[in-house]
Amino acid sequence: MIDSEGLTKQLGGRTVVSDVSFRCEPGTITGFLGPNGAGKTTTMRMLVGLSKPDRGEARILGGRYRDLPNPGRRVGILLDASAQHAGRRGREALAVSAQTMRVPAQRVDTLLDLVGLDQAAGRRRVGAYSLGMRQRLGLAHALLGEPEVLILDEPANGLDPEGMRWMRELLRGFADRGGTVLLSSHLLAEVEAVADRMMIIGSGQIQAQGTRAELLTQTGTLVEAADVAGLDAALHHAGLAAHPADGERRLVDAEPEAVARAAMAGGVVLRRIAPAEDAGLERLFFELTAAEASTAPQDPNPIHPELTGATA
Amino acid sequence: MSTATLAPPVAVDTTGLHARPDLGRLVAVELRKMVDTRAGFWMQVATVALTALVVIVALAVGDAADHTFAAVFDVGIFPAAVLLPVAGILLVTSEWSQRTGMVTFALVPVRSRILGAKVIASLALSVAMLAMCAGVVAAGVLVASPPVDGAWSDAGTLIAQTAVYLTGGILTGVAFGATILASAPAIVALFALPITWTAVASLSLFADVAPWLDTRLALAPLHQEVLSTTQWAQAGTALALWMLLPLLIGIWRITRREVSV
Repeated sequence: MIDSEGLTKQLGGRTVVSDVSFRCEPGTITGFLGPNGAGKTTTMRMLVGLSKPDRGEARILGGRYRDLPNPGRRVGILLDASAQHAGRRGREALAVSAQTMRVPAQRVDTLLDLVGLDQAAGRRRVGAYSLGMRQRLGLAHALLGEPEVLILDEPANGLDPEGMRWMRELLRGFADRGGTVLLSSHLLAEVEAVADRMMIIGSGQIQAQGTRAELLTQTGTLVEAADVAGLDAALHHAGLAAHPADGERRLVDAEPEAVARAAMAGGVVLRRIAPAEDAGLERLFFELTAAEASTAPQDPNPIHPELTGATA
Repeated sequence: MSTATLAPPVAVDTTGLHARPDLGRLVAVELRKMVDTRAGFWMQVATVALTALVVIVALAVGDAADHTFAAVFDVGIFPAAVLLPVAGILLVTSEWSQRTGMVTFALVPVRSRILGAKVIASLALSVAMLAMCAGVVAAGVLVASPPVDGAWSDAGTLIAQTAVYLTGGILTGVAFGATILASAPAIVALFALPITWTAVASLSLFADVAPWLDTRLALAPLHQEVLSTTQWAQAGTALALWMLLPLLIGIWRITRREVSV
């Protein structure tokens, strides 16, 4: 179990993490979603005592992380796969940690095997590893102490599609056996595929959190009409904000019923109307994290800027 | 009647697998980390090889009568005296420059315990290197068997004093590493600062304090001659300035600093 209460951190005069509160329950996978630089890594570092919060408190398994006598046996951490000595052999990097946390040396080989690093890879120095190999070594390291809690920062980074599927199954199995997982990503699809709950962080603040279904209720309506101009006018007349979606569709920030009424009032024939689901979740993600929107691949501007102009 | 007592509702299991790794284990891990990287391994190999080389050269040149234990030992410890402080620096700075600190301090969140283990591991390494030096020099002197009386005079005292010299050296390295937390600047500072200080202290203005604060003047006699009380006091003050002060600053920095990504 992970408990965060009002974690706040300033670095270099900038508030990097602001009042972040959440709870990860045993048996669940929580996805921590946000663009690069939103505060995910800083939050995770505060959870495990590598960074000291200016305000707030983090508890893991009911207490402070630094009060765990042998934390490696309770909490598995992957914060940066590249944080290994370049001149140390892969197997040795695991063996050093195994010795520290009193894990039998045989488990090192078991884990190398589990993450798909063979004997030859284990003998190579970490400096010669590809990003994917480092990521696998990092996952092996996180699992080394047979922990109850996993905290993984961008674990899918550098993994190929097969590796990502393998990791999803691994985490699912871990959670199903009662483990607690917190993993971060800047990619919505990665988190959606595996997480039971999602937290979206932007500009250092939690913008939304809940199950996928809970988040979807606030994602609006996807609507399509033959007469796109007429639809835009009708929505505009009804005071509903609309955004371009795939093709000639419109994503509207309202419940389907309100959209249908607007269309009826404008005499527009609809071809399709439905809750926005994935398209909406993606839009929600970009909207909630808009402060970092300079790197967002999708244009966040609505069709009628005057309706939401205040947020620009 | 039950004699059972209620456990607190949230008990931290501190037994078995969940017991805190003890200091001995942490020291063993730190010793392992000194030799299990490419740089660390070759540095220890180089120290041994250079010591053997220096001793052979010392015995091959000059007058046979000068090949006493004291004379050969004085040059024989030079490689260890230079390289051990570098090993001390890297032991600390690699946690930052190689970012292994994220793993080390996650596994042992009380950072002062890691620093303590590093200090003890450094002492162990320097004692091992001292034994190696003394062994190589003794073997060389035995083979050369110089035709003089007192070829072995003061050997025990010199070895004991050199223990202070080498352990002081590696701890100075640990201290500089902990204060600066970056490998290259710490190595430069370790060698450049005392030389600069020697230059400054050679001004007549500082003639009185120089023997007390200049490591080269105050510490070199440790492996050259049997020290007088004044010389011990001078070695002590020099070590306080160059080893103890940076070590205290380093402890303060390491226990507070963010372990960055």
